Amino acid sequence: MSVDRRRFLKIAGLTTLAVASGSARKALTADAADSTMATPPSPPLTAQRWAMVVDIRKCLAAGDCRDCTLACHRVHNVPDFGNPKDEIKWIWQEPFERVFADQEYEHLEEALKHAGVPVLCNHCDNPPCVRVCPTGSTWKRETDGIVMMDWHRCIGCRYCVAACPYGSRSFNWRDPRPFIKELEPEFPTRMRGVVEKCTFCEERLARGKPLACVEACKHKALTFGDLEDPDSEVRALLREGFAIRRRPSLGTQPEVYYKL
Amino acid sequence: MLENALRGGKRYWGWIAVLLAVIFLGFLAYLRQYGYGLGITGLSRDVTWGFYIAQFTFLVGVAASAVMVVLPYYLHDYKAFGKITILGEFLAVASVVMCMTFIFVDMGQPLRILNVFLHPSPRSLMFWDTISLGGYLVLNVIISHVTLGAERKSVAPPRWIRPVIILSIPWAISIHTVTAFLYSGLAARPFWMTAILAPRFLASAFSSGPALLILFCLILRRFTRFDAGDKPIQKLAEIVTYAMAINVFFVLVELFTALYSNIPHDTSHFAYLFLGLNGKNALMPWMWGSAVLAVGSLILLFNPATRHRTATLVVACCAVFASIWIDKGLGMVVTGFIPSPLEAVTEYSPTLPELLISAGVYGVGLLLITGLYKIALSVRRELAA
Repeated sequence: MSVDRRRFLKIAGLTTLAVASGSARKALTADAADSTMATPPSPPLTAQRWAMVVDIRKCLAAGDCRDCTLACHRVHNVPDFGNPKDEIKWIWQEPFERVFADQEYEHLEEALKHAGVPVLCNHCDNPPCVRVCPTGSTWKRETDGIVMMDWHRCIGCRYCVAACPYGSRSFNWRDPRPFIKELEPEFPTRMRGVVEKCTFCEERLARGKPLACVEACKHKALTFGDLEDPDSEVRALLREGFAIRRRPSLGTQPEVYYKL
Repeated sequence: MLENALRGGKRYWGWIAVLLAVIFLGFLAYLRQYGYGLGITGLSRDVTWGFYIAQFTFLVGVAASAVMVVLPYYLHDYKAFGKITILGEFLAVASVVMCMTFIFVDMGQPLRILNVFLHPSPRSLMFWDTISLGGYLVLNVIISHVTLGAERKSVAPPRWIRPVIILSIPWAISIHTVTAFLYSGLAARPFWMTAILAPRFLASAFSSGPALLILFCLILRRFTRFDAGDKPIQKLAEIVTYAMAINVFFVLVELFTALYSNIPHDTSHFAYLFLGLNGKNALMPWMWGSAVLAVGSLILLFNPATRHRTATLVVACCAVFASIWIDKGLGMVVTGFIPSPLEAVTEYSPTLPELLISAGVYGVGLLLITGLYKIALSVRRELAA
């Protein structure tokens, strides 16, 4: 990216040389060089396969903490309609017994049963939403496995919502913009009639920043990292104890792991 | 030929005026939806497809059912269907147009609908559904236009149309099969994920469509000088009888698999439909009504005395049509979402704008059927004169 910009500036500089006087050229190139020096871009965070580990015990201990939801929804301009019908959610809490309906049994530890578990898009290796999308507006990024969304190509058919076994997708039933509490200018707002979901903060990763939810969690319940890197934090957590995933029998290979 | 649709008596124009009024109301409601978004409907985060998609699914069946007159006539040379084949094809044309309109009004971003062709995704069943529906519409428009044109000139239809007609037969099967696959390939929705969904769709189509065609023939006999004759109507009634019997059998097969295996993910949807779940039971009376209508219609249809009598045949056909409309147009789509993957039982009921828009779409279909049938009957009358 930075190489491209440098090359662009070089070409722009040469063009200026051809048309403008020497002194003007000197001033322009000096300006451009200054502005690139002023904000050195932090290198993007990259991975072969991004994954998240959620430590349910820590969430349980934290009570009804909603830091991850609040942070995510704030930086992504997720509207708050104040009613469940129009609701849009990227990361939110659901009771354990609903998140892991297959794991639910009568004598499940009482505290766990109704405990709030953060749920989000699982960024599956084999995502059904990508398979069904008729326009390719949702797709899996080959480089790091993030399931992406193009809000400008989405026709609003909601086939992906029907196909997602995790209820991770929301639809803009009405114009979301008036319901954004505090506008975050760094992130685009959406229009009505398109689907949206968590994208593992790909826009933050590109700027070298950690996920908003991970950053906001004081209890260190959320860990994000490269699943393919044996030395990564997520791999260390998965090595140290048993972790479960949501509905593994469906073969979607979700990449959000829950440590118990 | 088209000018025939513009000639008619007071009753004809009165009916057209009623339809235009319904369409206009639907259009006004659509403008409101277009301005506000789909939030104007009863749909929600948990139930994301509702009345529109259900009507689409039901009408694909009505469209596909044309094959039940085309196949015997062209493949088995069953002459008695000669007079009504064109009625079946026109019904298919109108139904497919309604299907497409229902899809259109269900889109969140209708102006982007061309993205389906600009960025074709052959892995998505929706892509294939667009192809099969569009193709079926083109086939039926061509076939009906060419055959009726030839009939008007009292000449045999050109030879090239025969392979086109033969192609339309498997194509009709394909439209409902692909529509079923749209649902039955989703692991997230156990209610839909059943291998007999496509056969079930076809059985219900081959009973509801011909039942509607019988009703249309009887209406035409009553209000126009066109008489399809008793033989094709009785043959259609037999088709309705066996297709309906197979349809009911398929539903029982589904119930057995879900209830005897007792897998909660599978049983909960049926529980919602017939008994209610977590105190939510809006569809329960409808579904029991559908079941009663299905059994009642079978009694009337299997008994030769009631099948042959016009009055009881009308009742039976209305019962078949209503039973399947409830099953597909109300129960089939939303129940896939109830309960949700997170076990939320969120109910859905269509809102007034949603119903007005739907009525408008049905108005468009009826207008098309009226105009097309008028053309067909005028051609026939000219020939008879």
